[in-house]
Amino acid sequence: MSRDLLIEIGLEEMPARFVTNSIEQLTDKLKNWFAEKQIEIGDVKSYSTPRRLAVLINDVSEAQEDIQEEAKGPAKKIALDESGNWSKAAIGFTRGQGMSVDDIYFKEINGVEYAHVEKFTKGQETKSLLPELKQIITGLTFPKNMRWANEEIKYIRPIKWLVAMFGTEAIPFEITDVATATWTRGHRFLGDKVVISSPEEYVVTLLGQYVIANSQERKDAIVSQLKKIEEENGWIIPIDEELLEEVNNLVEYPTALFGRFEEEFLELPEEVLITSMKEHQRYFPVKSKDGKLLPFFVTVRNGDHQHLDTVARGNEKVLRARLADAAFFYKEDQKMEIAKALEKFKTIVFHEEIGTLAEKVERVKALTNKLTAELNFTDADKKVAARAAEISKFDLVTNMVYEFPELQGFMGEKYAIQKGEDALVAKAINEHYMPRNAEDSPAETNAGAALAIVEKLDTIASTIAIGVIPSGSQDPYALRRQATGIVQTLIHKNWDIELEQLISLSIEMIESANFAKLSREELEKELLSFFKLRIKHLLQERGVRYDLIDALLAGQIGVIASLVRKAEILNVKKDEEGFKESMEALSRVINISSKADAPGEIETTLFENEYERNLYNQLVEVEKTLESNVSEQETYELLVSLKDRINDYFDHTMVMVDDEKLKANRLNLMVKLANRIKDFANVTEIIVK
Amino acid sequence: MNIQNMILTLQKHWSEQGCILMQAYDVEKGAGTMSPYTFLRAIGPEPWNVAYVEPSRRPADGRYGENPNRLYQHHQFQVIMKPSPDNIQELYLDSLRALGINPLEHDIRFVEDNWENPSLGCAGLGWEVWLDGMEITQFTYFQQVGGLECKPVSVEITYGIERLASYIQDKENVFDLEWTEGFTVRDIFMQPEYEHSKYTFETSDTEMLFNLFNTYEKEAHRQMDEGLVHPAYDYVLKCSHTFNLLDAKGAISVTERTGYIGRCRNLARKIAKTFYEEREKLGFPILKAKEENRHE
Repeated sequence: MSRDLLIEIGLEEMPARFVTNSIEQLTDKLKNWFAEKQIEIGDVKSYSTPRRLAVLINDVSEAQEDIQEEAKGPAKKIALDESGNWSKAAIGFTRGQGMSVDDIYFKEINGVEYAHVEKFTKGQETKSLLPELKQIITGLTFPKNMRWANEEIKYIRPIKWLVAMFGTEAIPFEITDVATATWTRGHRFLGDKVVISSPEEYVVTLLGQYVIANSQERKDAIVSQLKKIEEENGWIIPIDEELLEEVNNLVEYPTALFGRFEEEFLELPEEVLITSMKEHQRYFPVKSKDGKLLPFFVTVRNGDHQHLDTVARGNEKVLRARLADAAFFYKEDQKMEIAKALEKFKTIVFHEEIGTLAEKVERVKALTNKLTAELNFTDADKKVAARAAEISKFDLVTNMVYEFPELQGFMGEKYAIQKGEDALVAKAINEHYMPRNAEDSPAETNAGAALAIVEKLDTIASTIAIGVIPSGSQDPYALRRQATGIVQTLIHKNWDIELEQLISLSIEMIESANFAKLSREELEKELLSFFKLRIKHLLQERGVRYDLIDALLAGQIGVIASLVRKAEILNVKKDEEGFKESMEALSRVINISSKADAPGEIETTLFENEYERNLYNQLVEVEKTLESNVSEQETYELLVSLKDRINDYFDHTMVMVDDEKLKANRLNLMVKLANRIKDFANVTEIIVK
Repeated sequence: MNIQNMILTLQKHWSEQGCILMQAYDVEKGAGTMSPYTFLRAIGPEPWNVAYVEPSRRPADGRYGENPNRLYQHHQFQVIMKPSPDNIQELYLDSLRALGINPLEHDIRFVEDNWENPSLGCAGLGWEVWLDGMEITQFTYFQQVGGLECKPVSVEITYGIERLASYIQDKENVFDLEWTEGFTVRDIFMQPEYEHSKYTFETSDTEMLFNLFNTYEKEAHRQMDEGLVHPAYDYVLKCSHTFNLLDAKGAISVTERTGYIGRCRNLARKIAKTFYEEREKLGFPILKAKEENRHE
């Protein structure tokens, strides 16, 4: 016997960005509750709109499952006293189980007999337990909570109605002054209050009230409406997933429509137009088939097809005002000089404890020069990077970036070109913020990439230097994203600079600035472990097995691009035949090498057998090859090629012999070899089965 | 509908919901929230329902009367209801209907917008209300005022009068809006817009303004020490407006900015706390009156 169950929380409009997570949370918590209560359920469906979170659960059993379980008590010799009567221990045991001594039987476990009882718990009626669902609703957590009226509860938005139905019956409970019922509300303007005859009727009932409760269906409807507008007008409407998700959670009954703006606004930079439309108005920009921005936009209304003209005209008016503002700022910014803008940096605080923007720019300039020298940039590239470092932040004081902070860098590039800066300098200004997010690609040009690394590195090092170290969900300055950006840029450019060296360059800059709260050693340690974690994360995302990552991160990090290549090689090789044997042989060398006290020179005259000599000779060969700058792949092959020699060696040679001189010499060979292996990876971390 | 009729309509509507109709408070301020009818009355347990028009000065937005969308001084229609009524969204939508805006003919949406006024130690959660993509109202449930948790919570509804009017009258330029028959915003406000912009950006005496800020701040503290909340608060408002004038002129560096805002906030917090204590001493008279009413 079973019934369907429906829970709906009716709310004042939730923030669009929290809707999806909230419904997932409600769904999971409900499922867990039924699992915990051992009540069988069927399919679970989730529904969400800005005004409601709802879950429909099919075939909820009428009662909890009956539980038959065996409980183990004291051993027989304790359960019975000398005269064969039940002991206090036995009586206590049965009482604890809600049974009596008459229920006891004995069962042998590992040769000892123990008292047991067979316990039967009758499942309770589901109906009697369901009012507990109130705690699930009040127990939801949200990133931002509010209070309202006289209520004590903190919630995402005020609760307006509650539907809780088991079959056609209401599950009785109250939250604040709202009591559960079997009616819901439809669309705010097009719909009405309506009774839900049974849980299964939920979606249909709401559809009749102009609410598409299924979030995915609503999204699909928006997409197909966009497609239709695209086709009818011969346009391309690029769909930004994030925007679509937000728009979808702003409407219960979507109707897409388009409007237009004056062509003269197309003279504004494209990013300005797109930001005005997307970020500020949640419009979809429109492009021609050859990718040019057109003077149209698409918006999604929360309503039906009535009076679309009025809605379009209103939206056009708003956009026109915004673009007129932007055009004004654009015109004003033309009057600005870069040198004047830079002067203002002295009065702009980058961070209260770290200092002004002018000071940051000075550090970035110096560090850029050091990095471009290390990387052997051409003189031309060095010049571009130096100029870009000097002016990379000038757009922060323009009207446009003040109004549209998300356009930093884009405007810098545009304006720099207008002010007669070199095109590569301008590009580097834009690129130095890259990658801007998880989807963005790293900087392309040499100067841009160098500056992108330096700017982020300085922010990370100086922020950590004042003791702000990201932990858990705390990362107020998005340092993790920036560190990942550095790693991605280094990989992308395949630059031959060691992470340790980069870190020490950045610390030099910080030390001379005098705001650090951490000592040089502490800062170095923190930065290294911070970057290691980012690299670990990145390798995990690339599907590298965790033990391989541990092996690679055990020692020095070195050149990150090289480390990633090694990771990819190991990740492929791990599934090949012979991998296990090779790693075991190499690990054996590392393990025994740790027994050496003070490594010294190898005396070939002390070799006693050909296997020692063979291993030594091949190691010398391998080292010679390694010096000629071979690839990670070749390095791997060379190391693995030592396997047979190593095994032969161990089969015929005892390293830890009594003769101290002999032992030391043998350990010296092991250490030399182990160091070569560890330069590649500490293979002892690799798990082979 | 001209602006005068809009105001009359809103006044009638909110008066019918039990709001006291107040007049604008006579000290310069940047927003209706800063009026003591909002800032002070949102504090403590006493019920408070009020509606008023507040001329709001934003020196940095002055554009010499040349920009069609920005004004040195615009008007807000402010509603405060404490505790926030259950049907407040419906009451608000009814006010739009009264203004002739039929939701079925438009696209009305409640878009998340959390509000913070760091210089007064205030924070709230709510929405901006969009009418066909235009933000016409700020809708906020106060969570904190003057650093004090709000209990009960007040709801604040702030209509941007000129914004809304430009939609209702379908005008592109704010100065073309009809205030009442035969008078436009231009007729009434163009000259002051120009003059205040010129004053703000060109002719104001910076040194005098800095001195005034310090003088006002000192007087506010002095009156606080006397336990005189309202005079003290007037001086805080004056500090805030003086700061805005200095800020608009670029006389305050970003470094100093935080410091000045902090000074205003400290005053506001102190005043909020004292106001609460003074009302408590009086036995929260409005709350008591309501409760006695209910028992009769």
